[in-house]
Amino acid sequence: MSKSAIEMPPKGGFSFDLCKRNEMLAQKGVNPPSFRKTGTTIVGLIFQDGVILGADTRATEGPIVCDKNCEKIHYMAPNIYCCGAGTAADTEAVTDMVSSQLQLHRYHTGRESRVVTALTLLKRHLFNYQGYVSAALVLGGVDVTGPHLHTIYPHGSTDTLPFATMGSGSLAAMAVFESKYREGLTRDEGIELVTEAICSGIFNDLGSGSNVDICVITKYMPQGGKEYLRNHLQPNPRTYTSSKGYSFPKKTEVLLTKITPLKEKVEIIEGGDAMEE
Amino acid sequence: MKSDAINVPQNEIAAFLYFSPLSTKCFSAPFTMTKQQANWSPYDNNGGSCVAIAGADYCVIAADTRMSTGYNILTRDYSKICKLADKCVMASSGFQADVKALQKQLAARHLIYQHQHNKQMSCPAMAQLLSNTLYYKRFFPYYSFNVLGGLDNEGKGCVFTYDAVGSYEKVGYSSQGSGSTLIMPFLDNQLKSPSPLLLPAQDAVTPLMEAEAIDLVKTVFASASERDIYTGDKLEIVVINADGIRREYMDLRKD
Repeated sequence: MSKSAIEMPPKGGFSFDLCKRNEMLAQKGVNPPSFRKTGTTIVGLIFQDGVILGADTRATEGPIVCDKNCEKIHYMAPNIYCCGAGTAADTEAVTDMVSSQLQLHRYHTGRESRVVTALTLLKRHLFNYQGYVSAALVLGGVDVTGPHLHTIYPHGSTDTLPFATMGSGSLAAMAVFESKYREGLTRDEGIELVTEAICSGIFNDLGSGSNVDICVITKYMPQGGKEYLRNHLQPNPRTYTSSKGYSFPKKTEVLLTKITPLKEKVEIIEGGDAMEE
Repeated sequence: MKSDAINVPQNEIAAFLYFSPLSTKCFSAPFTMTKQQANWSPYDNNGGSCVAIAGADYCVIAADTRMSTGYNILTRDYSKICKLADKCVMASSGFQADVKALQKQLAARHLIYQHQHNKQMSCPAMAQLLSNTLYYKRFFPYYSFNVLGGLDNEGKGCVFTYDAVGSYEKVGYSSQGSGSTLIMPFLDNQLKSPSPLLLPAQDAVTPLMEAEAIDLVKTVFASASERDIYTGDKLEIVVINADGIRREYMDLRKD
């Protein structure tokens, strides 16, 4: 029999063929390019009427900010939202995918989506990829069984908590939560606490910054009420703008202008065939 | 052959297990056990950016005041600027422990010079001293990226820019540190430094007024703070001119 491997049809997922080569290159000093990560602070807490999620808005590529105002609170269902930390592409892709799966499930069952459904879909996907899909999520929502808040780690483990933080700024935010959280917060107290936790991450963690996004999900109103407060707080305006402005002179001179028409003139014939319906 | 039908070759089993998404056995595991390497480093990077611009009769040296390590801020109020002589100021970014040691070394050497020559060191002289001090530690460098700014003996502004081991050049303006990749292209665009290789030798100092240069520095740091996570908190601006040295501060983004 031949010694070659069985011909397998190309599957999805990851191919590890180049790992040895990459290791050899890394030893020689050639490092792989860095991913765009969200180096983030994301939080969630349960208050008396439901769930509040919060996130900062900075996306980084190594030490450089690549997006000063990105959206980290992703829509999953009308009554469920998910904050994402880690590799930006991974959080976007995984939340979009599960959001679509939830919608199909809603059509199939004719019922409002439950938070545990989203939880199970996400954790199964992440575990299947053994942590290579680098998405750390805070999932929150209100369904018929009540308000729920979960954290999901890249390897697929989950926790169910009354308050949670994830991302590089999670310690700064958790310090605020552990000091000031109590059960039965009102909406305004909850928003204030979440804002304070995110601000703690924004100012004390270099991977987080810019503005505060908030999402409040409650059980009042049909289909679960929700408020998406995009840029609820903007504590970091630009510090200095020169009054006189700057001009940027054109550096490249025009040496030669030559116009070559690509098509000869087209004649329009009257009374051509009309298009059929 | 009959035997082949019963005995499935081992490598084909391995291939099958490898391709399934949940391999419980690490046949062709992506990570092989490699020898543990030593991973203690004597250096750390405390971040930050510095800029210096030379004018006809002034010199502006500026640096942010944030000191950080990894993703944490150590302090928001640390001065990276040090006065080495009457008309000579140095701003350094990199590893602040090495910067502190370097500043002490230069201060000591300057004191000796003053005792021996009965005068302060001029800026070009200090520039050469700094270069020699850095190269002295060529094989265990000071992790310090410096810009030296001041007035020369004629009262004209001069800026010297260094790498970590002492290679230096007299220029009209320069930036160093984590934000330098963001700041330098903008300064190149606005200040249009002529090449030092041109003949006849052209003046590197900018024709801008002192106030315009300070405005430029503020804009440049405000922009760098937007995009560089290690630059921010507060901006310290030192201006040297015929009247002496003065210091100014401006708030930057704190996130």
